[in-house]
Amino acid sequence: MKIAVTSTGKTIESVIDPRFGRAPFIVIVDDDCNLIEAIDNSKNVNAFRGAGIQAAKTIADRKVDLLLTGRCGPNAFTALEAAGVKVGIEQSGTIREAVERVKRNEVPLADKPNAEAHW
Amino acid sequence: MIVAVASGKGGTGKTTVATSLASVLGDRAQILDCDVEEPNCHILLKPTILTTDTVNLPVPSVDLEKCSLCGKCGEVCQFSAIVPIGKTVIAFPELCHGCGACSMLCPEEAIHEVPRNLGVVETGMAGPVEFVQGRIRIGEAMAPPLIRAVKARIRNNKFAILDAPPGASCPVITTVKGSDFVIMVTEPTPFGLNDLEIAVEAIKDLGIPIGVVINRSDIGDSAVRDFCRNRGLPLLMEIPHHRRIAEGYAKGALLIESMPEYADKFKKLTDDISMIIGIPSKGSSL
Repeated sequence: MKIAVTSTGKTIESVIDPRFGRAPFIVIVDDDCNLIEAIDNSKNVNAFRGAGIQAAKTIADRKVDLLLTGRCGPNAFTALEAAGVKVGIEQSGTIREAVERVKRNEVPLADKPNAEAHW
Repeated sequence: MIVAVASGKGGTGKTTVATSLASVLGDRAQILDCDVEEPNCHILLKPTILTTDTVNLPVPSVDLEKCSLCGKCGEVCQFSAIVPIGKTVIAFPELCHGCGACSMLCPEEAIHEVPRNLGVVETGMAGPVEFVQGRIRIGEAMAPPLIRAVKARIRNNKFAILDAPPGASCPVITTVKGSDFVIMVTEPTPFGLNDLEIAVEAIKDLGIPIGVVINRSDIGDSAVRDFCRNRGLPLLMEIPHHRRIAEGYAKGALLIESMPEYADKFKKLTDDISMIIGIPSKGSSL
C-alpha cells in the first residue's frame, strides 16, 4: 500500500502539515514507513485557487492508496474520491506516528470533506 | 471617452463621485455600474430599467464514453477547472473562466460547453443619463466575465463612467482595463493610503493615467497628499466631511443635490480629465 502524507518537511520524522493542498511537501511511504518519494509542493502553496485539486492529481498520478492529512476541502475530496484514494483526516504529529496509527486502525477515514472551500 | 472610478479601500465615495459626475454630464453621460457583487449606483440615480439580459459562461461538460484520458484538457487549464484523475475526468464549473481551450484542444471531441448562469446585465435611463449595471447571481463568485458583459454596452459616443468594485483584484482590473482615465477616490487616513498605494501599483502597469479625489478631506492626516505629490498624481478634487452630504446620502440624494455648489466642481473635473488625457470633453470626438 502506498501512503501519501502532507508534510512540513521531507523525511518520515517530519511533522504533518494539516493543510492538504497547500502543504509544502507531500511525502509518500509504504506500509512499513519506508520513504518512497518526497514531493516538493511549493508551487501549490501560493496557488490562487485549485491547490487541493492539483495536489489530489499529484498523488493520484502516483497510484497512492491512502492519504493522511488534517483537513480536506470539497474540490480536493471530489477529486480524490474519483481517483479511488482513501482520505485519512485529523492527523498530526510526525509522519512515522501517523503511519503507526494506520497499522493500529486508529485513523478516521473521511466520507465527506472536512473543510470549507477557499475563495 | 471612458473614465473608471476606483478606490482601493471600500466606502471611500466611488459611487458618490461617479453618480454626480454622470449627473452633471446629463445626456452626454453613460454610467456603467461594474461593482456587480453589490451595484449601488441605482440607489442614487433611480433609473428606469428597460432591458434585462442573462449572462452565461460556457463551461466544460465531458463525455467519458469518448474520452481517451489523454490529459490535454487538464494541461491547458490554468485554474484546475478540468482535471483528468484516475480513470476519469472531473470538471469544476465554479473554477472555470470560460476560455474554451479544453473543448478546442480535445482530440476526441469529448468536451462540449454548457452554459453556467453568472447573473444579469440591466440597461435603462436615469433621467437623461444612460444606465447600465451588472448583478451577479447570488452564490456566484466569478465576477470578471459579467463585468466584461457590462462593459460590452459601452457606447463610444458617450462619456462612459465605470463605477468599479473596491480592492485591487481581478474585478477591479477587468473594470479599469481599456479606460482612458482612472479617478481614484480615497480618504486621508492610513487605511485609505494603504489601499490607494496597492490599487495605484496595480493600475499603473496598465498604463492608464490616474487622478485622485480625496473624500472626507478634512479628517485624517497629510500622508495621502504627500503620496500624490511624490508619485506625481494630480489631486483633482477634495470633498469635505460634511453633515449635509451624509444626510443627503442617507436619503439617497446625489452629492450635487445635497451640495448644489459642487455641480460646478464636477463640471470642472470633467474638463480637467479631458485636458489631462488630451481629449476634448465637448463635441463629436468625445
